[in-house]
Amino acid sequence: MSRAVAVEVQELTVTLGRSQVVREVTATIHRGEWVALIGPNGAGKTTTLRALAGLVSFAGQVLLDGRAVVSSSRRQIARRVALLPQNPQSPPELTVAEYVLLGRTPHIGYLATETRADRLAAERAIARLALRPFAERTLGSLSGGELQRAVLARALAQEAPILLLDEPTSALDLGRQQQALELVDALRRDDRLTVIAAMHDLGLAGQYADRLLLLDRGRLVAQGPAHEVLSEERIATHYNADVEIVHRNGDVFVLPRREVRPCAR
Amino acid sequence: MTLRRDVAVLEPDLRRKQCLRCGNEFGCAQGEPGCWCESIVLSRETLAELRTLADDCLCPACLSGFAERGNGGRTGSTWAKAIPHAAVRARGVPPVWGVCALVFLTGSLLLALGTGPVAIGPAAIARSALTHLPWVRVHRLGALEDAILWQVRAPRVVLAALVGGMLAIAGSAYQGVFRNPLADPYLLGVAAGAGLGATIAIAYAPPGSRAGELLPLSAFVGAILGVGGAYLLGRSVGAARTSSTLILAGVTVAAFMTAAQTFVQQQHAQTLMSVYSWLLGGFGSADWHDVALVFPYIAVSTAVLLLHQRVLDVLSLGDEEAGSLGIDIRRVRLLIVLAATVGTAAAVSVSGLIGFVGIIVPHTIRLLVSTSYRAVVPLSLLAGAGFLVLADVIARTALAPAELPIGVVTAFFGAPFFALVLRSTRTVPG
Repeated sequence: MSRAVAVEVQELTVTLGRSQVVREVTATIHRGEWVALIGPNGAGKTTTLRALAGLVSFAGQVLLDGRAVVSSSRRQIARRVALLPQNPQSPPELTVAEYVLLGRTPHIGYLATETRADRLAAERAIARLALRPFAERTLGSLSGGELQRAVLARALAQEAPILLLDEPTSALDLGRQQQALELVDALRRDDRLTVIAAMHDLGLAGQYADRLLLLDRGRLVAQGPAHEVLSEERIATHYNADVEIVHRNGDVFVLPRREVRPCAR
Repeated sequence: MTLRRDVAVLEPDLRRKQCLRCGNEFGCAQGEPGCWCESIVLSRETLAELRTLADDCLCPACLSGFAERGNGGRTGSTWAKAIPHAAVRARGVPPVWGVCALVFLTGSLLLALGTGPVAIGPAAIARSALTHLPWVRVHRLGALEDAILWQVRAPRVVLAALVGGMLAIAGSAYQGVFRNPLADPYLLGVAAGAGLGATIAIAYAPPGSRAGELLPLSAFVGAILGVGGAYLLGRSVGAARTSSTLILAGVTVAAFMTAAQTFVQQQHAQTLMSVYSWLLGGFGSADWHDVALVFPYIAVSTAVLLLHQRVLDVLSLGDEEAGSLGIDIRRVRLLIVLAATVGTAAAVSVSGLIGFVGIIVPHTIRLLVSTSYRAVVPLSLLAGAGFLVLADVIARTALAPAELPIGVVTAFFGAPFFALVLRSTRTVPG
């Protein structure tokens, strides 16, 4: 398969303080792919995403569309990569329109203001996420799901071909999780985005991602499609969890198990 | 059965929806037969583009807008072109508040020019101002009144306006760049540095020389050294990444400089009175020379800060997210701190230490108008100027002919006013 490479990671190592948080991770991610970073807490998922966005200094090499992150300016990186943090700051008094416009920052001259083209891009992002009725509402007045859409709209307005998501659904209920991920998937298909997402929920990760990268203590320990990566032994080893893996209709389900203990009385 | 279906076709079940383009409410039959949208004919290209941009229906007005243009033989009608010009924009300064701030500033200026032992009405001030323009001949004031107005009061009023605007706009910028509501222009050691500089000038000026000329320069240099020292100290311990380390470095430098200032002051006990009165701030000796001295610094600094309004809004998302939007946090912070410091140092060098303006003016605007820096920065400039002009009027009239230190006035009247604003609004923005 000769698909274009969107992100090339070679021997990525990130040292924070004295500990190596990410160790010698090498991976290739193709354009239009959805890759999920999975792994237990502290495995280095968030740090890997931050390194891809050039927000943390690292050893090794990260290439975005063939260009090295290290030799790119902040603005150049921001035009290629949009990062959605796990807990985005949402100044409560900002309107949705103003918030989405901030996503245009990498395209606006440093001391300039938005041009008509920027406002149209923001308008498209707002329309795309069906936020028009909320455009003049303040962020503080939105529900969790609406806020998530506003954050996505900001990332979309950035018009970066690579979308990095850090636990995009951690604050949402079950239905909203599905809706948000469906939305990301639709955006990926329509706008040919590449999605790299750190995901907690292994079942959802398996359903939405083309490929899973399993990290543990900073190392990449397994990668591939869900039915290859998710096995009972692997999850026992890396998550220290007791689970049952169920394959049904091509989907992989991860079910936590609990030994039934004899009743105390 | 047939009849029931026909009735359903005639009166389709309308659901209330909000238009994705204009936000207005409308009734929609969800694409069922009989929905009004069947009567609007769209070109295939337009329909395809609409479908990629919107995943729900548009209201009759918006949808027919596309149809008319499509039927007019111009298939170039696109979603983007059809979007009203005012679709998405940042609010900026609401016009009402802009006018209020201008009226407040103009009113304070006229009041300040007219108030004093010799009362001069606003009309007389306006006419006198006109006579100072070339080729304009109107009724003149008497020579004495003219001198009082233009040689005594005007420089003082203008200087108060410059300093007030500068302190308020610098305060708003500091609060934005450090994301700390308690930040004021003196946060990083401007005050301590200027205090040390002024004390040294007063204490060590050779008896023959005029300390009045050395003092502003010395205070200015001290202020710049204070902030420069704080910045270098902060950077050397890796503070460029986190703003709180920089603030701690500022506290450290300020403590050291205050100690040095007290030491010099105690060595030269005879300077106590003049140092003390300088520290409390005031415009008692203002003349046009002072205005000319500080105007260039304040003008440049203000212009730089006004240009950073949008960037300050981006910074309100936090260092991490601003960074991921392409902002070089370190460089931006350095630039804003530098601009605010140079302007503040210039203001302090001619006015002494006037507290409170840099905190209450921006916060009052946040509480009354908006927390967006596109409103806070320009309105702080206008309101801060008006506020300090008014404070100076009170400072010179309350105990006339004696003068109150202006710092006393800003705190005495500013604090209750701010408490009132704080009480009457529900949320306290960070």
